[in-house]
Amino acid sequence: MIYADNAATTKMSQAAIDKMVSLMNDTYGNPSSLYRFGQKAKEALEEARETVASVIGAESREILFTSGGSEADNQAIRSAALLGKEKGKTHIVSTKFEHHAVLHTLAKLEKEGFTVTLLDVHEDGLVRPEEVEAAITDQTALVTIMYANNEIGTIQPISEIGRICRVKKVLFHTDAVQAIGHLPINVVEQNIDMLSASGHKFHGPKGTGFLYARKGIKLSNLIEGGAQERGKRAGTENVPAIASMAVALKEAANKMEKTSAYLTEKRNKLIDGLSKIEHSALNGDAEKRLPSNVNFCFEGIEGESLLLLLDEKGIAASSGSACTSGSLDPSHVLLAIGRVHDVAHGSLRLSLGEDVTDEDIDYMVKSVEEVVTYLRGFSPIWRDLQAGKKQFIL
Amino acid sequence: MALYSEKVMDHFLHPRNVGVIEDADGIGEVGNAKCGDIMKIYLKIDNDIITDVKFETFGCGSAIASSSMATELIKGKPISEAMELTNKAVAEALDGLPAHKMHCSVLAEEAIQKALEDYKSRQGK
Repeated sequence: MIYADNAATTKMSQAAIDKMVSLMNDTYGNPSSLYRFGQKAKEALEEARETVASVIGAESREILFTSGGSEADNQAIRSAALLGKEKGKTHIVSTKFEHHAVLHTLAKLEKEGFTVTLLDVHEDGLVRPEEVEAAITDQTALVTIMYANNEIGTIQPISEIGRICRVKKVLFHTDAVQAIGHLPINVVEQNIDMLSASGHKFHGPKGTGFLYARKGIKLSNLIEGGAQERGKRAGTENVPAIASMAVALKEAANKMEKTSAYLTEKRNKLIDGLSKIEHSALNGDAEKRLPSNVNFCFEGIEGESLLLLLDEKGIAASSGSACTSGSLDPSHVLLAIGRVHDVAHGSLRLSLGEDVTDEDIDYMVKSVEEVVTYLRGFSPIWRDLQAGKKQFIL
Repeated sequence: MALYSEKVMDHFLHPRNVGVIEDADGIGEVGNAKCGDIMKIYLKIDNDIITDVKFETFGCGSAIASSSMATELIKGKPISEAMELTNKAVAEALDGLPAHKMHCSVLAEEAIQKALEDYKSRQGK
């Protein structure tokens, strides 16, 4: 069994599991309680906050624990929108291929009177800093651009965008769910005002995440109630899970350089192997992408069939086809980089884990080749393409 | 619970009647690449009996399984019986399809209808 869907979620690290279990057993007090039992939990919570902050170059009071990346995205964007509105600024700049946690929040804000500019991400899946700069007006309240794309793994020029936003005095938020723990991030050096993260993408537990918001940025609550998280997120903190996430992040940060070099080599080998399949194409820039991400389109086949057959061969992967997205349209990310519907339905994402071996890569290349050839064998589109009745796109 | 029934998986992994009939008496193609499903049915008809049927499908697991099952249901049957094949019958024969995949069985029904119409128009009937 090869688990190649680490962009969807990751296996928890043993250290993170141990931390969680140990706190569940011994530190079950409520961190808001004043007796020692509660204060011990409070200490664990604040230690986790310290750890998370140190990994991204922030101060611990700038970290707000959430249920995950989606909540952090919602709260960051809502807060910035409200701050803007108070000053009469109702324009937001983002991109066409953000995660739905961002896009759907922006769509709601549009209904509430905001105007949103969604920037093009070009064929290589990269935002152009000069286009960000050009899109900012004196009405702009927020720029929100993801750090690395969740489907095609392209890494955006975050430092340059941060610099532009700082000069223009516009708030800058980045959804760093796919990047944190995998790429070096420093919120101060990169001029990031707000950042969203999710614990289960770096071997931490699901249902955990955090929002970094630079001190001085007033956050609005999504959840009203008690005074937890400096009054910005009510509800008793899931201390064991939060502490576990912090352990996982620290661990990921400590071995980042090594993991990154290892995965980059394996990723490139996988890209080379899959490129040999005729009428296929890599989605997104080949260099500026996450070390773990491989995403291809294969002409003449449909993604869900591909996934089911790979599952039969013991490979867990993902696709941006309509059948896997639950709608009639294929992935908005693939459409945003200019892949037409016919081709976007035949996409495959393999996101590698750090335990992947050369044998695994060879097996994946062989298996994908076999499955693509098999499906093309009875695809009426492939027949038409072969017979010259249709033009190849890839 | 699995995404698909065992029958769907069986027909998806081991599709029956896959291929092309070069000298087909009727051909029906439905769907489009934009939506991600295309089905093409080839019929060989002798004395109003469907003596052979083949299919080609571009689509998801349930589209392939629906094509396979639909061809099994009409093979060796008289035209009159094939005309009455409904998408519901295809889905039931597969022990059900997920609600958002029912359109795959509709495509199978339509592809067969279209192939039969093609046959009839070729016959000038």
